[in-house]
Amino acid sequence: MEHKAPIVEWLGLTFNLSNILMTTITSLIVFIIAIAATRSLQLRPRGMQNFLEWVFDFVRGIINSTMDWQTGGRFLTLGVTLIMYIFVANMLGLPFSVRFGDTLWWKSPTADPTITLTLAVMIVGLTHYYGVKLKGVQEYGRDYLRPMAFLFPLKIIEEFSNTLTLGLRLYGNIFAGEILLGLLAGLATNGGVFGALGAAIPMMVWQAFSIFVGCIQAFIFTMLTMVYMAHKVSQDH
Amino acid sequence: MLISMNMFLLGAAEHHTGLNTGDIIFQLLIFVILLALLRKFAFGPLMGIMKQREEHIANEIEQAEKHHQEAKKLAEEQRAFMKQSRQEAQALIENARKLGEEQKEQIIAAAREEAERLKEAAKKEIEREKEQAVAALREQVASLSVLIASKVIEKELSEQDQAKLINEYIQEVGEGR
Repeated sequence: MEHKAPIVEWLGLTFNLSNILMTTITSLIVFIIAIAATRSLQLRPRGMQNFLEWVFDFVRGIINSTMDWQTGGRFLTLGVTLIMYIFVANMLGLPFSVRFGDTLWWKSPTADPTITLTLAVMIVGLTHYYGVKLKGVQEYGRDYLRPMAFLFPLKIIEEFSNTLTLGLRLYGNIFAGEILLGLLAGLATNGGVFGALGAAIPMMVWQAFSIFVGCIQAFIFTMLTMVYMAHKVSQDH
Repeated sequence: MLISMNMFLLGAAEHHTGLNTGDIIFQLLIFVILLALLRKFAFGPLMGIMKQREEHIANEIEQAEKHHQEAKKLAEEQRAFMKQSRQEAQALIENARKLGEEQKEQIIAAAREEAERLKEAAKKEIEREKEQAVAALREQVASLSVLIASKVIEKELSEQDQAKLINEYIQEVGEGR
């Protein structure tokens, strides 16, 4: 199952056009969903507005479980955007993948480590930014020596391991799901009638499971974002 | 065209270092743009309306509580008013009864007085009648006895002596009665 990626270089930067395409589509879908849901806002919510408000309440629950609302309220839109973006990204690769020749064009953008690690680095960077902003440089720096000064190296390592696990967990889950889906699809198309019959049921099961995994991963990513944020932001830790 | 593009891509992939720097920048950019757009066009208004709803509900609850309080107060007032009017009615009845009692007493007293007066008047009348009758009788008896005596004794007694005699006699009769 070797696929080529559509790589181009431009201005000294390397672009994977498939990633560019898929992140753009994901963003577009999220944006369209959000706009559709908030097109006609009413005091008594109806239809899509209900759904988006449910998402808001869900993310609010996540934030409330990690920090107090006074400091956590500002991360609500970030959390909602994250959870919607990652969820849509996870779902995109499920129904099909599109290939031209050997090149894979349509897939989950989150099945690429570059994308997930970018998100993870962005989140961890944001936690540091808000840590400094809300607690001041001194308090922020002193946090590295807590609870014991000799744990300082571990604290540094923790920052990197947090970033890596946050990004790679998402990537691994989604990528594995897509690999297995690809294998099953290959079996269905190449294995004749029996192959198609044999692949149909596992494929359905695996797709259902992938939907589940996609939801869970979106939730976990948002949850961990708020946990890391709370670590840096809250006063008593 | 597809094939030529693939060729181009493959050619590009040959000196690909493994780190898609462009992807990273694009991903960051598009996420930030998405966040900004959502915040401006979707989430801002949505959170606004959620806040508005929250306030609305809080307002409604407050209003309901106020109304409840008012109703309670009103009921209390009504109850007090009822109690007062009942008391007033009681007092009125009591007054009327007392007045009736008084009037009864008055009427009875007046009637008794009137009766007493009538009785007294009747007694006086009787007394006067009796006296008149006695006087008339006395006169009658005197003249009669004079008549009889003059007839019996003729001229042996003067009229004065005779009157004296008769008076004595009548006195005796009055005492004997």
